[in-house]
Parts: sequence; C-alpha cells; structure tokens
Amino acid sequence: MPDNDQTRSFPGARPPDRTGWVNSSGLRLALNEWGDPDAPLIAMVHGGFDFSRTFDVFAPMLAEAGWRVAAWDARGHGDSDRAHLYSWGADVRDHLAAITALSAEPIVLLGHSKGGGQLLDLLDARPGLARALINLDGMPSQFSAPDINDRERRRMRRADVAAALDRRLRRNELARRPDTIEGLAGRRAPMNPRLSRQWLEYLVTVGARQDEDGWRWKIDPVLHLGGFGPWRPQWSMDHLAALDLPFLGVLSGVQDDPMGWKSRRGDIEPYLPPGGQLEFFDDIGHFLHIEQPRFIADLVLDFLGRLP
Amino acid sequence: MTRRTEFLRNGSLRLALHTLAEGDGHTHPLLLLHGLGEQSPAARPHWTEVWPGPVLALDLTGHGLSDVPLGGGYMPETLMADVDAVLADRGPVTIVGRGLGAWIALLISGARTASVRGAVLADGSGLAGGGPHPPAAFVTLLDPDGSTPDPYALVELSRDVRPPDYALDYLRFALEESDLETPIIVAARIRPEWLAAVAADVGVIEAPLTEAIAAFIDPVRTSR
Repeated sequence: MPDNDQTRSFPGARPPDRTGWVNSSGLRLALNEWGDPDAPLIAMVHGGFDFSRTFDVFAPMLAEAGWRVAAWDARGHGDSDRAHLYSWGADVRDHLAAITALSAEPIVLLGHSKGGGQLLDLLDARPGLARALINLDGMPSQFSAPDINDRERRRMRRADVAAALDRRLRRNELARRPDTIEGLAGRRAPMNPRLSRQWLEYLVTVGARQDEDGWRWKIDPVLHLGGFGPWRPQWSMDHLAALDLPFLGVLSGVQDDPMGWKSRRGDIEPYLPPGGQLEFFDDIGHFLHIEQPRFIADLVLDFLGRLP
Repeated sequence: MTRRTEFLRNGSLRLALHTLAEGDGHTHPLLLLHGLGEQSPAARPHWTEVWPGPVLALDLTGHGLSDVPLGGGYMPETLMADVDAVLADRGPVTIVGRGLGAWIALLISGARTASVRGAVLADGSGLAGGGPHPPAAFVTLLDPDGSTPDPYALVELSRDVRPPDYALDYLRFALEESDLETPIIVAARIRPEWLAAVAADVGVIEAPLTEAIAAFIDPVRTSR
C-alpha cells in the first residue's frame, strides 16, 4: 500500500544540518547534528524505541541559542546498523564511542528516558566525559507495575522470557508490518498518547522507510519494550548520587503515561548530587521535550547559562 | 569417535554444534555447555561415559567455532537463545553446564521447561559472573579481530549481575512447570551466592557429576 504523499511537516521541526556515522566496534551509528559546528557541544541520547530525529524540534531550539547539538541512533534504532546482540551495557559502550568520537574534551550530555539512565551508568565509569548532565525523565527508581504477588510477578517474567526467545528463534523471518503513514502513526499513538497525530505522522516520515508495500519503522523487529535480565532501578540511582558535576533532572509527574519509570520527586531527591537541580512537572508527559519543547528548551538553556 | 560439527543458523550468525558420541538411538541427547572463554571439548569427556544417548556440545556465541557478533552485547539471557536454537533443531535434551554454562543451563531450564529434560550445574569458568551486585563501573572500547573467544564476551559475561532471588525465579519456573521431579541437580563444589541459593532450595538435590548425569537417563516424572 504505497503512500504517494511522503512529506509531512511539523511546526519548528528541522532536519539535521549535518549527518554522519560513528563507528562502535564495527557497528555504524547514524549521527545527526544541528547548529554551528564550532559552537559548544551538547550530545543528546534518545530513549528506547525512539531515534535521534525525535529531537527535530528540540535540538534546533538549542542550536539557535548557540549550541552545536549532536545525537545518534542507538544500535538497531533509526538509521544505525542492526546488531546481533542488544544490551543496556552495549548501548552504554556505543555512547562512549560516539562521545569520544565527537570530542576529546568534557561536553554537556543530555539523555531522555532510557538514554538518561544509560548516561548515569556511563558517567559512573567515565566521569571525565561530561562537564554537565541533563536528564529528562530518565531516573529509574521503582517499577510502575501495580502491586502484584510474587507468583504473578514470576509468571509475567516467564512470559516475557518465552516471548523474547520465540522472537529470537524467528528473527530471520521477522519484519515490521507495513502500513500507511497514517496507519503507522496510529499504531505508535498508544505509546505516545499525549503527542499530536501531526507529530506522529511527521515522525513516520523521518523514522520509517518506504517499501513497495508501505512504510515500516526502521527499528530492528527483534527488539521489544522492556527487555529482561536482573536489572534493578536502584543501581542507576546509586550512580546519580555519585555524580560530581552540574546536574539538571526533569521529571514528568503524569502517572498514566504508558512510557517512563514514573519516578516521583521524593524518589529522586535523596540521590541528587551536591548542587543538583530537580524539576517536577505533573502536567507534562514522559516525552517532555516533544510535548513542551519551548518550555523544556528554556529550562535547559537557563541551566546551561549558569554553567561555569 | 572424532567429533562431528554442524552449524545452526542463529539470526545472521552460525552456531557450532558438535556431536561427540552418537548414542544408542533410544535415549535423548546430553548437551554440554562450556564455561566462559572455553569451547566445546574435542572428544567426549570421561564423565559423560555413563550417558547412553548422543552427546552434543555447543560453542556459545563468540566462542569456539561459533561466529562472533559485531560490537558485543552479550548477556546470559540472550545466550539462552543459542541453546534454544539447539532445542528447536534437536528436540528435548538434558544439559550439563560448566561455569557460565551452568548459569545458562539454569535460565533455559526455567524458560523452556518442556524441552529441557533436566540440568546439571557444574563447576567451571565464569560460574560467579559479576556477583550478586553490580561490580565497579567499567566501560571500555575494544578492537576485536573476530577470533574467539570474543574479548567482549569475556568482559561482559564476567560482569553480569546474578542476584540469588533472580536465580530462584528461574528455578521456580522449572520446579513449577517441569514434569521432572527434580529438574535441577547441583554438582558444583564452588558456590557463588546464586548457586548457594539454588542448592539450598528444597526442590533441588546435590550429587557428584557422574551421578547427577545418570539421574536424567530415565528421570522420575511427576504426574501433571
């Protein structure tokens, strides 16, 4: 079902000024940049199931304020290579490859959601990479799952494991389902219920590819939300407390947004690094920089303006 | 016999599955999983001689003759998929896992209860992983040359966290859903925290390696 209208626009959205590649142990990561290449650098890491072009409105706002903004697609996401193996640790290492390829000096890092949690882990190992850290709703503290008994929790975990194994067994046959731009946007809407249909349709045109039979998201079909393994949110919180650099954390307080960790101010405050700034907005959803880009950009620029 | 090697598809990569003994034609296969940084043995180990059926050995991804993925990303949970590819190809097996292979044997026993006809957890390299809590932060870029063992496998699979309660989740999956009375037998003498917790469970028994393997030739089944 080819869609003849490949163009969608969104107010303020701007494609990157430059594109390129970063090599991470043989995998190619797609790099996008906005702004003056000689301006101070801020590197942004997207969340799970997103890609760097989700910064198409937010990044230009920072670029117009005098920053060079760089963002890359995680392995298996966007235009980056698909990998045989995926893990939180491999993503963290890919971020190291991208950041060190961009700059030999400490830079400002910004991570959204999973990207924010991964930057907390990276900076615990490599604190010298950053001169400041901004975390947009990527501070895991507790699971948002309703109270369930132990047996039910195990049953859910077992079902997740079996589904993941089934997917890997069939990985050579897996393909994202084709659809129209409108159809693909509609299928993403349950993940992004607070974002406009106009935005989601724009996102299709920069995050999906058009095949003979329709549009498909580029993300590797073997990937799935959630993942599995013994990861505990507390581990990232320990890394937050260990930071010794200017820090801005922004939390969404919308508890019925299907994405995000649902951390509350009181969950995070005990772990804030000295001098760290924490903002909490109960009327902005998990995709803060997409839902309220001007407001969040101004918040970030105010923080950046106070950096030594 | 000289070992015979076949390759199974694993996504875009290949897994090396070795046949070390052909067996009697009646008994299901025994599958050996090596430890971290090891590879399958060149010949049937003496401690498998009790097993009358076929003896197979799998080179895990990034080890032995199996392919090396670009960019690492190893997790024991994804290496379960290596064993799952064998189960899909060969049907039910009993597993003997050494070290890292013991941890993977426990995980796959819980995940594929109908296909794993018992698992023996044995000593070997990589038994403890990174321990029950995250080890000190360490992120580095390597430059693998495609040879095995993949250095990313060595780094990542010696640092993965193995909390005892997580191990017990997989044990519970196996105990609750396997039709074997005792689907897990611990033969290892070294007991990192996860294995101590598993061995202490009332549904698990301990036995020397050869005895443990022999228990699964004709295992006791529960009525389900």
